[in-house]
Amino acid sequence: MTSDETRIAYTLRLADNALVLAQRMVEMVAAEPELEEELANANFALDYIGQARMLYTHAGQLEGKGRSEDDFAFVRDEHEFRNLLLLEQPNGHFGDALVRQFLFETWYLHLLDGLIACSERGLSEIAARAIKEVKYHSRHSSQWLVRLGDGTELSHERVQASLDDAWRYTGEMFAADEIDVAFQREFDGPDLAAIHKLWRRDVEKTVAEATLRLPDDDWMLSGGKQGRHSEHLGFLLAEMQYLQRSFPGATW
Amino acid sequence: MTNPVSVAQVYEWLGEVPDPEIPVLSILDLGIVRDVSVKDKVTVTLTPTYSGCPATEVIEDSVLEALKGRGIDDVVVNRVLSPPWTTDWITESGRDKLRQYGIAPPSRSREIACPQCESLHTELVSEFGSTACKSSWRCKDCLEPFEYFKCL
Repeated sequence: MTSDETRIAYTLRLADNALVLAQRMVEMVAAEPELEEELANANFALDYIGQARMLYTHAGQLEGKGRSEDDFAFVRDEHEFRNLLLLEQPNGHFGDALVRQFLFETWYLHLLDGLIACSERGLSEIAARAIKEVKYHSRHSSQWLVRLGDGTELSHERVQASLDDAWRYTGEMFAADEIDVAFQREFDGPDLAAIHKLWRRDVEKTVAEATLRLPDDDWMLSGGKQGRHSEHLGFLLAEMQYLQRSFPGATW
Repeated sequence: MTNPVSVAQVYEWLGEVPDPEIPVLSILDLGIVRDVSVKDKVTVTLTPTYSGCPATEVIEDSVLEALKGRGIDDVVVNRVLSPPWTTDWITESGRDKLRQYGIAPPSRSREIACPQCESLHTELVSEFGSTACKSSWRCKDCLEPFEYFKCL
């Protein structure tokens, strides 16, 4: 793998994470339990769409084959997407979606922090822009975890089950494969083992404050980063890509 | 060939391009114009506020329109990310305009002054307002609700 191939692959993973998560959040628009959450969710989803656009555009420029952000988003197939499995899981109830945001954003914040310091200039600049938004998202999801966990008996029980269910998808965030290793070596990229420690520290702290129990590190699912997805991604893409698949090249 | 228009003139025109979401602010007040050059053609360099701000493209189009409306046809609008925009880039006059408009400007202080009566006796109603950049507040003295432009 050449160093250009490494940074393109790495950038596309980040872009796919942002886009797939945004699409899941968009599914919740007009279905949030209260107005304040409605606005928060829609605005946060917009931030992720914005990040995905910048990342796809950057990947397209690096690749130099004239692929635009829309080409990456709307005409690639399931196996070409490299997002984390955690992010493509269906939203479930409010607590399920919240736990997904919490686990991902706690990780993403540290990853962006590492990316700011990397030598791939485009990614470093995008990360510096994005981290300001994600800090805010992460504060929001952490506060909600505490509110639900330390809320009523029912909310505690339900969000504990959400946390237990989502836990098996967290291992993938820290499992460095050849692209992660190459990006770290060649571009002074983030160290996933170091991020795992920071993530664990932050998650433990918030989970304790939420009076919840940290699940055991049992069997972890992986494959999303390599394009092996759960059945859910295909349905997500079918809906998201419908227009461009049916009317190729359609614009507003 | 020298361009017939000066940098100062372009800035003056940009001062009349409003932010589409808070039209009381110009894009200069908002602090998103990073550079203007008039060498061979007029180049305006902008930075986005939030990654997902839907106004970014509208602003770029407005800049093109504003300059073309003044007979400057050869215009390029660039986008840069670095250094990232924060609310610190909003100018003093921008802050005054926000206040007059009824939006409390971003503040490093924990106490947010009511833009109507200047009271510090205010409370947060919701962290999430009509746009990503604003939260909803209430003044406990004059009882008016108001929006606060969050610090980023």
